[in-house]
Amino acid sequence: MTTLAVPAATAPDIGVAPRAIRAATAEPPWVRRVLIGAALLFLTLFLFVPLVTVFHEAFKKGWDVYLSAILDPDARSAIALTLLAAAISVPANLFFGVSAAWAIAKFDFRGKNLLLTLIDLPFSVSPVIAGLIYVLVFGLQGWFGSWFIDNDLKIIFAVPGIVLATIFVTFPFVARELIPLMQAQGQEQEEAARVLGASGWQMFWRVTLPNVKWALLYGVILCNARAMGEFGAVSVVSGHIRGQTNTMPLHIEIVYNEYQFAAAFAVASLLALLALVTLGLKYVVEQRVKGQKRAVGDRSE
Amino acid sequence: MLLSRTLLKRHTVLPGFDLALGFALLYISLIVLVPLSAAFLKTFTLSWSQFVDATTTPRVLASYRLTFGASFLAALLNALFGLIVAWVLVRYTFPFKRVVDALVDLPFALPTAVAGIALTAIWAENGSLGRWLPFKVSFTPLGVWVALVFIGLPFVVRTVQPVLEDVNRELEEAAATLGASRAQTFVKVILPIVAPALLTGFALAFARALGEYGSVIFIAGNMPMVSEITPLLIITKLEQYDYAGATAIAVVMLVTSFALLLLINSLQTWARKRQGGV
Repeated sequence: MTTLAVPAATAPDIGVAPRAIRAATAEPPWVRRVLIGAALLFLTLFLFVPLVTVFHEAFKKGWDVYLSAILDPDARSAIALTLLAAAISVPANLFFGVSAAWAIAKFDFRGKNLLLTLIDLPFSVSPVIAGLIYVLVFGLQGWFGSWFIDNDLKIIFAVPGIVLATIFVTFPFVARELIPLMQAQGQEQEEAARVLGASGWQMFWRVTLPNVKWALLYGVILCNARAMGEFGAVSVVSGHIRGQTNTMPLHIEIVYNEYQFAAAFAVASLLALLALVTLGLKYVVEQRVKGQKRAVGDRSE
Repeated sequence: MLLSRTLLKRHTVLPGFDLALGFALLYISLIVLVPLSAAFLKTFTLSWSQFVDATTTPRVLASYRLTFGASFLAALLNALFGLIVAWVLVRYTFPFKRVVDALVDLPFALPTAVAGIALTAIWAENGSLGRWLPFKVSFTPLGVWVALVFIGLPFVVRTVQPVLEDVNRELEEAAATLGASRAQTFVKVILPIVAPALLTGFALAFARALGEYGSVIFIAGNMPMVSEITPLLIITKLEQYDYAGATAIAVVMLVTSFALLLLINSLQTWARKRQGGV
């Protein structure tokens, strides 16, 4: 501490006040303050206030209202259906993501760019349209509608439709996280494993999977958050039958439209909490992936 | 075996290509391609004039104006403030910077219905922010814009941020030694480097806003001709069992989104070339 004080004390002797020394590639302090202020004001208005509002409104009428809103039978069945839809769609998309990433990242084949574009497609389709297309295929007037009715299978306005719509909107997440990392890692480690006599599955479990585990987890987290929160697509195919085909976001809509605001925000606060946990996990995993990418970069240099 | 023999460009010792690609193609076909093609085939049940009529009624045109206009203006605000937020996160230090950085992704993680009811409560006439304003926000087209700003917020920040991190500081030093002011350096050196990423972020936010439904319907008020967005109109038509009409509007939206997706892809290619060149 004492050694640090010396230059500050000597600075006036050479006639320049320390605070006047500013690098030519730095902005004046007032510009800096204005920019930080503008950024924080913008984020406060559009991000922090909405987030705080969810919890504030949820607890405004006290714990009893909060608990009874969450423990309400309709709310509980909505929570159960949301968990079920995520429990089916996340593993399905995980399986797809790993397969697609393996083919795209480790092999050189014709039509690869087309496949990559197709994987991105659901990101650019409105959730409402994602729901609509399943109604067109499986609905009463749809292609296979009458066949399913004859065989007493309900897809639209039932749980299978909700699961299908959820799979569609969350479909790119795992693949998108895995492909860039696996491409950067190259094929050498897997080739070495094969040359040393590992079987295909041994290579996969002992080399490929450990190399991508953080990115995989990150993709699954994002996929899950979106699966549990999807509203538009699920809304079109669900039919909004209370206690049967309502997911949490749909339950929020119904309760909100009945002017039970505290109850709507109580269920919403659970999803907001999930979002915060997702962001926290994302931050942790991102640090790991960054470290891993740096390690890959070092090795290839 | 068939896939690897016809598609692979060179021999490899790695296994599983047929299984992995075969499964991926089957899955993508069942989940995405077949249902999407249903939308296009359904519109073929309409004649051309029926299609034009269904997609150009005054109510539908009003919804396009609102959806495209509000999405454009929301993406514009996000481009401006997204650049500032990215700049501040990359260049400056301030308290709770990491928390702020992590929270920028909130609109990706927060379900749209949750965002919708929260924004409605805030900007309502008696809401925490709405009460200070002399005009109405919730239940007007302005409310639609607010919701679209929220859901598009992370895109510009997250596309510009990595590019700013990679900007070679020596270029700025060179500009300074050659006598450029800080503002000149920003406009003539830094802005051209981040421009492709900024445009990409803008296009991504715009594309996302076009299809947005959940956060908007709570705050919009949903008055036909005034504050009714196109995705809501699709749902309204579906509820009236006008499947062909709903699908016709959906096809207009789909074609627009695909055109935007192509634009975004070429922007990203441009950005990569630009970054590689610097």
